[in-house]
Amino acid sequence: MQKRVTFRNLWLPYLLLAPQVIVTLIFFIWPASQALFQSLLVEDPFGLRSEFVWFQNFEELFADPLYLDSLLITTVFSISTTFLALTSGLLLAVMADRVVKGAAAYKGALLWPYAVAPAVAGVLWLFLFSPANGIIALTLKTMGYDWNHVLNGGEAMLLVVLAAAWKQIAYNFLFFLAGLQMIPKSLLEAAAIDGAGPGKRFWTIIFPLLSPTTFFLLVVNVVYAFFDTFGIIHAVTSGGPAGATNILVYKVYADGFIGLDLGGSAAQSVVLMAIVITLTVVQFRYLERRVQY
Amino acid sequence: MIENRPLLVYVTHGVLILGLLVISFPIYIAFVASTHAVEDLIATVQPWFGGQLIENYLTVLRSGKQTAGGVPVSTMMFNSLIMALGITVGKIMISIISAYAIVFFRFPFRMFFFWIIFLTLMLPVEVRILPTYKVVADLGLLNTYAGLTLPLIASATATFLFRQFFLTVPDELVEAARVDGAGPVRFFLTILLPLSRTNIAALSVILFIYGWNQYLWPLLITTDTDMTTIVMGIQRMLFVADAVPEWNLTMATAMLAMLPPVVVVLVMQRQFVKGLVETEK
Repeated sequence: MQKRVTFRNLWLPYLLLAPQVIVTLIFFIWPASQALFQSLLVEDPFGLRSEFVWFQNFEELFADPLYLDSLLITTVFSISTTFLALTSGLLLAVMADRVVKGAAAYKGALLWPYAVAPAVAGVLWLFLFSPANGIIALTLKTMGYDWNHVLNGGEAMLLVVLAAAWKQIAYNFLFFLAGLQMIPKSLLEAAAIDGAGPGKRFWTIIFPLLSPTTFFLLVVNVVYAFFDTFGIIHAVTSGGPAGATNILVYKVYADGFIGLDLGGSAAQSVVLMAIVITLTVVQFRYLERRVQY
Repeated sequence: MIENRPLLVYVTHGVLILGLLVISFPIYIAFVASTHAVEDLIATVQPWFGGQLIENYLTVLRSGKQTAGGVPVSTMMFNSLIMALGITVGKIMISIISAYAIVFFRFPFRMFFFWIIFLTLMLPVEVRILPTYKVVADLGLLNTYAGLTLPLIASATATFLFRQFFLTVPDELVEAARVDGAGPVRFFLTILLPLSRTNIAALSVILFIYGWNQYLWPLLITTDTDMTTIVMGIQRMLFVADAVPEWNLTMATAMLAMLPPVVVVLVMQRQFVKGLVETEK
């Protein structure tokens, strides 16, 4: 799209674009192309020589049981987080939409967890479940359940999912509420006159009409679970115990910075880029469709 | 409300209040823990506030946590503030002028530049960690504020937001300005910038939170403890070997880490909602 009326100037537009383009080239395009190139190399342990090996790094990556494990763990983690954050957000939004008195107060009170950093959210939940003095862990103990996420992989996963979902509920709540308020009241009134109760109205009218919002949030939440949760994993479990919460983004970091496997880490980065690009394209294609509604 | 069902009204409020309690619970517990002495938090749970509120917060602000390096939290907060403001101001400045160039000028390679900027949308820091680190190291920017902010400053989202907004500015306005003899710079400064005020405010809220909450990037490029930001500083407090885990101090730091972004969201709620909805469009 372009405006009809524009300014004419030979050098000014380039000058205006320069800062952003320079930063983009130095910190985005160049490193990304380096990652692409590096993913085709194998470097010796001292970083003295490197050899061009085509797609060997990728072959090794997808033959590596640890990587496949990490892929599975990421899938479990993002599906659980997305499901939990979406359903809680939807439930609260539907309830807040029904409220006549105090709707603004509820909205304000439910929004702020969005501002909490993922790593801080992780620390808060870590404290609740700390085996030695966490309020939930000790309550579970009095009920006869010995909680210890430092040793138990399943519990560690549950903990990071709770922390990740807790932070994301506010976002989903906001968008669901906006979606709900766009549904014409006359439709719901007509259904009510025809004898449909609140439950029936929700499943046959509200939920289908909300599906564009739901789909949009689905993509956003998956992206969040894939990439923005690094802080939670790093602060709470460091990928442990025994790799039980070693999601892909954390593995890139751990293999590259701690394991110093440059080629392998770069190959993982490339796989992640492919995932981001796919998700972005899905999101944009969907957005174009929504414009035509 | 479509029909009158008193029971349902109670259920609605019940669910909402329950939701509020669940959402606030971790914060409440953290705040309570931050008001106690260390001894109170060993193998016990404290459901109600203790008497050490002021001592604990002053301790972390002045000297940090001794067992975890002892960087004063006030230093960390200062670093976070510089980083958050640097990212906010930098991003808005470079993206508003590049959006201006793309919308209001016609020049060779316009779409090429547009796509270069667009590409950054697809490459978050997390997926190109190592090579970006190497670039910053080669430029000698490790442990500097420039290294903390510059790589996060370029973003397609802000540029797109301004582009969308500029496209809605009526052509007549540009024509009128040109007839009156205003050049591109004058038009930008006296007409477009004031018109963009609400968009800039909305975007600032979102970017401030984004900048303050950065974690992976500062973790990588700051080895000097004086450059620690507060969000990554908390993580360093968690793993202390052979010492009493001073949860009261860690939680006080966590409260301080949340305070600025949460206050910004609560005070500027309207701009926050606008920014959140518009950056996702």
